[in-house]
Amino acid sequence: MSAPVTIELDDASFGWHGHPALKSVSGRFAAGGMTAVVGPNGAGKSTLIKGIMGVLRPMTGSVRITGAGRAGLAWLPQAAELDRSFPVSVLELVAMGAWRRVGGWRRVGDEELARCMHALETVGLADAAARGVGTLSGGQMQRALFARMLVQDAPVLLLDEPFAAVDSHTADELMALLCGLHGQGRTVIAVLHDLDLVRDHFPECLLLSGAVVAWGDTASALDDAHLKAARQWHARARA
Amino acid sequence: MSLAQWVVSPFLDYGFMRRALAGACALSLGAAPLGVFLVLRRMSLMGDAMSHAILPGVAAGFLLSGLSLGAMMLGGIATGLAVALLAGLVARLTPLREDASFAAFYLISLGLGVLLVSLRGSNMDLLHVLFGTVLGLDDPALLLVTAVASATLLALAAIYRLLVAECLDPGFLRASGGAGGWVHMGFLVLVVLNLVAGFQVLGTLMVVGIMMLPAAAARFWVRSAAGQIPLAAGLGVAASVAGLLVSYHFNVPASPAIILAAGACYLFSIVGGPQGGLLRTPRRLRRA
Repeated sequence: MSAPVTIELDDASFGWHGHPALKSVSGRFAAGGMTAVVGPNGAGKSTLIKGIMGVLRPMTGSVRITGAGRAGLAWLPQAAELDRSFPVSVLELVAMGAWRRVGGWRRVGDEELARCMHALETVGLADAAARGVGTLSGGQMQRALFARMLVQDAPVLLLDEPFAAVDSHTADELMALLCGLHGQGRTVIAVLHDLDLVRDHFPECLLLSGAVVAWGDTASALDDAHLKAARQWHARARA
Repeated sequence: MSLAQWVVSPFLDYGFMRRALAGACALSLGAAPLGVFLVLRRMSLMGDAMSHAILPGVAAGFLLSGLSLGAMMLGGIATGLAVALLAGLVARLTPLREDASFAAFYLISLGLGVLLVSLRGSNMDLLHVLFGTVLGLDDPALLLVTAVASATLLALAAIYRLLVAECLDPGFLRASGGAGGWVHMGFLVLVVLNLVAGFQVLGTLMVVGIMMLPAAAARFWVRSAAGQIPLAAGLGVAASVAGLLVSYHFNVPASPAIILAAGACYLFSIVGGPQGGLLRTPRRLRRA
């Protein structure tokens, strides 16, 4: 891990096909923080993560990443965005996490392989290394993606619904791992649905609903007035 | 006549058979591995669309300078890439999906191509462009096919990891600093190059067969992409040999015989292949 990485958004809007899904976000994810991103479906949570990762360019405003830049970000995307029928092994999927060090041409050396195996052991998938990704259950898939994020070994971790379609046992284990990573000084930004989980584990919270509704310490960000405002926006957008 | 004679003597006795063999084998070695990726990326019909797309370019080259290999090839590459770009652009700018926009452009291309060929050539010329002249390959054509196959294999080796990563999780690759966009373009260029080189051998319509059929068959025998690639190339070569022999001994046209041999391979694989073949799949899985 290198210099502290902070993420600063200045009036940043993101969207698809010219339609903004998330408007005018300004704020800062400080190094070492642990922030949950919550909001109704279609509130722009995944859009924000993609915008920070650079997969989506801001339509207006800017995203600034200090320190190592985007090389300092590790990403756990939604499992649904992967082509799971593609014939690669779990180990190969996890090794994708080493992309910034290995790239398209360099050899995946013993050191990287050891790192991958260690990550698989950490998430309890060591036995499945040689299996095809298509044979994994939903929970196992999330564990594999978690292992890939570990292999990225970045100071900032962005997770997009890491506990969706996952059994409670897996969710508990991954949550404990995540807390451990935060304890090591890493920044954690996670899109989540379970508000109890957020209140229990995440000191900071960003509530979205097409724009920022609240951003700050979890208790006040998730107070009744804010949650009601988020729901109302959602109802309007649906109507 | 012994079996060995039946298999070997046509190639020993006739130069045009040896040339056909070399051309068809080279084409298989380059095109079939590309087909593996087309199948894995669910872009199987893309090869078909692209093969039609090169037709007007080939025809325009033919119209301007007769049966000149260079002109037809440049024309084919130009219209092939143009259709790929246009179809992608239309899909991005309008609500039409990419497959529909591809279909529209390749049908236009087909009409335009056939029209252009008929403007100057005879029906015979049109047949040559559509169905190839595998038994009449001259030195430049043979050199072109082998050069394209060699370049394809080298390029595929160079971009292999990028291509796999881009198929599996394009967003993650982009977020990790891997350039997904140009890999996709590079891959399309390889497809177009092979189709253009292959139209000499099997014709613009049937060259897709040697790209897709061995690849679709290989999928039933091995799980990994790295295993499917050599197997598809091998099946393509086998189909080329078998097709040429059948064509020679039974006096039937060569390119359809090669494609049908590859088709037989595919049908057998559907039934008998261990990876999801009908006979090997337990009944309870079949419904899933």
